Amino acid sequence: MLEIKGLTAVIDDKEILKGIDLTIPEGEVHAVMGPNGAGKSTLSYVLSGREGYEVTGGSVTFFGQDILAMEPEERAAAGLFLAFQYPVELPGVGNANFLRTALNSIRRARGEPELDALQFLKMARAAVKALAMSEDMLKRNVNVGFSGGEKKRNEVLQMAVLKPRLAILDETDSGLDIDALRIVADGVNAQRGPNFSALVITHYQRLLDYIIPDRVHILAAGRIVRSGGPELARELEAHGYAGLIGEPAEAA
Amino acid sequence: MPAVAETLETVRSVTGSTYKWGFETDLEMDVAPKGLNEDTIRLISDRKGEPEWLLAWRLKAFAAWKTMDEPHWAKPDYPAIDYQDIHYYAAPKRPGGPRSLEEVDPELLRTYEKLGIPLKEQAILAGVEPGDEDRLPMAVDAVFDSVSVATTFQASLAKVGVIFCPISEAVREHPDLVRQYLGSVVPAGDNFYAALNSAVFTDGSFVYIPRGVKCPMELSTYFRINARNTGQFERTLIIAEEGASVSYLEGCTAPMRDENQLHAAVVELVALDDAKIKYSTVQNWYPGDANGRGGIYNFVTKRGACRGARSRISWTQVETGSAITWKYPSCILIGDGSVGEFYSVAVTNNHQQADTGTKMIHIGRNTNSTIIAKTISAGHSDSTYRGLVRMMPKAQNARNFTQCDSLLIGDQCGAHTVPYIESRNPTAKIEHEATTSKIAEDQLFYCRSRGLSQEDAVGLIVNGFCKDVLKELPMEFAVEAQKLLAVSLEGSVG
Repeated sequence: MLEIKGLTAVIDDKEILKGIDLTIPEGEVHAVMGPNGAGKSTLSYVLSGREGYEVTGGSVTFFGQDILAMEPEERAAAGLFLAFQYPVELPGVGNANFLRTALNSIRRARGEPELDALQFLKMARAAVKALAMSEDMLKRNVNVGFSGGEKKRNEVLQMAVLKPRLAILDETDSGLDIDALRIVADGVNAQRGPNFSALVITHYQRLLDYIIPDRVHILAAGRIVRSGGPELARELEAHGYAGLIGEPAEAA
Repeated sequence: MPAVAETLETVRSVTGSTYKWGFETDLEMDVAPKGLNEDTIRLISDRKGEPEWLLAWRLKAFAAWKTMDEPHWAKPDYPAIDYQDIHYYAAPKRPGGPRSLEEVDPELLRTYEKLGIPLKEQAILAGVEPGDEDRLPMAVDAVFDSVSVATTFQASLAKVGVIFCPISEAVREHPDLVRQYLGSVVPAGDNFYAALNSAVFTDGSFVYIPRGVKCPMELSTYFRINARNTGQFERTLIIAEEGASVSYLEGCTAPMRDENQLHAAVVELVALDDAKIKYSTVQNWYPGDANGRGGIYNFVTKRGACRGARSRISWTQVETGSAITWKYPSCILIGDGSVGEFYSVAVTNNHQQADTGTKMIHIGRNTNSTIIAKTISAGHSDSTYRGLVRMMPKAQNARNFTQCDSLLIGDQCGAHTVPYIESRNPTAKIEHEATTSKIAEDQLFYCRSRGLSQEDAVGLIVNGFCKDVLKELPMEFAVEAQKLLAVSLEGSVG
């Protein structure tokens, strides 16, 4: 489903990704772990199309489509979702309005009928309830005045409403206490099924206790240096990046 | 050369595509010769069948105007205006005035339909009770170039004693009211443009709400400039007697033309004891093309007098059009405990220039004013908030709160905030807050990664920025205004 081949990318003339090869089949959850400065966030931004990241080589296909040629909103319509490490505040923009605009943009792009306000609210309320969140979440302005945990939960709520086919979670666990971590993990696990895949990017093994990955890849200095099953994460926890990849981690 | 014409056409269709009100209506017009002198004023007065006192008033204003200079203290920069190169009167030709909608030129009605004003339907509905409709009907006065062409719902309003008619009709039917209040808030010699307006004003709306009456529906006027080389000088007068209340909205559009056109209106509001006037504007005059060619010069004087105790005047404006805007809707807070409010969104794109704000003059005790001004600049445009808060010596415990926020899109535009604060009373409290921000790249990317197009993302962020003002608009117009904001900023990013 997602196939990354020989992907290289630079920021400000500095090569960050130095040839990534990674395949995520439909229905699988893969974790990418790595030390600071390995290129984890760069990978998530390149996949979702952020400006300022120049792809210099390789290819990325999503259900056979070349997504590198697509605008960020086209990637979203194709079923890609990025849960941000630092969710962005939108003052004055109501969360429900934002979500409905997003959902209807995606539905329009896919040629599906748009949801009216009532249909949408019914669906959004159900999603909020399923995630054990407060309905206030829908009334507040997007991420404005949210605590770190609330921001991450809001990302999971967006994911639940937009129902992507591939979710990229960029260090979603950073800054979360154990309760928030559980809610986020439950939200992701609830989506798991034959039509949902996830790329979980994390520094720590902790999140993977709650979201058990099918495969684990270790990213270091812009390359996938090792791949394995869930046991690889535990091995990493025991030996550290330095012990496992045989070289000191680059400074962030 | 056909190639040149074709190129021009292409450019026009590309750059003009965002202004969907740019069409022109082909009507037989009665137009006064270009130029301004006493004869022009006599002609206007004669065409309107005005009484002698009004002609004398106009001539006095004209005499004052001749001694005045065009003001240049505002920020906008534009070539000198030749006031002798303008037609001061243009009216759709027809025998006499229309007595009913049936007598109105069908071409005109089609124009208003294109503008989204279903005049005819509203007239049919006029006798019908609102019933289950959760939305109140709205009375509309339509002003085309120099004359009011149709006013709806007059009959049902008259039942509760509300007068809503073209000001030219009010001069004939209610001369005492007009004579008592015309020029009482904005004197004929108040400023250069107000003096010009007083000399040559052609039509506009007149509203009178009698004592204790809450106007049962929104009142609305649509202004349309159609004729070429014509100035539009409308005059609006709204009077709310003791305990009366009214909500009034005006909308403005014009065809796309290469030359600039002048619009110099005067609006006067009078609120007596416990009266409330809410005046909302969605100003969308043609702003000129992407290169700054054409567009309306919008030089407007709007002022409300809170004469009665506990009276309230609230201005809400969404300004997206005009090549140049020079406009400061103000409140004179005379009555003790009176309240003045100013909520403004001003959007400039391409080469538009706006200099707008308000004046709050606190004279009475315990008077209160609120100013919320949101300025959005994009392209090569330049926008200035200019506001005065003045506390007079007797304004015990007067209060003002001002918030001015500017949002910049791109790096070629400008935003300026020029507050003037004068306090002559030690008990007065004045607060002023101001911010300037840009639409951040991460906000745009966040929205796009959720499926929103770049334009929708800008629209959403801008509407969020303006929320505090938009929520003051009547419901139906809030939706219209939101769409207008997004359309005005199309192509401003990326």
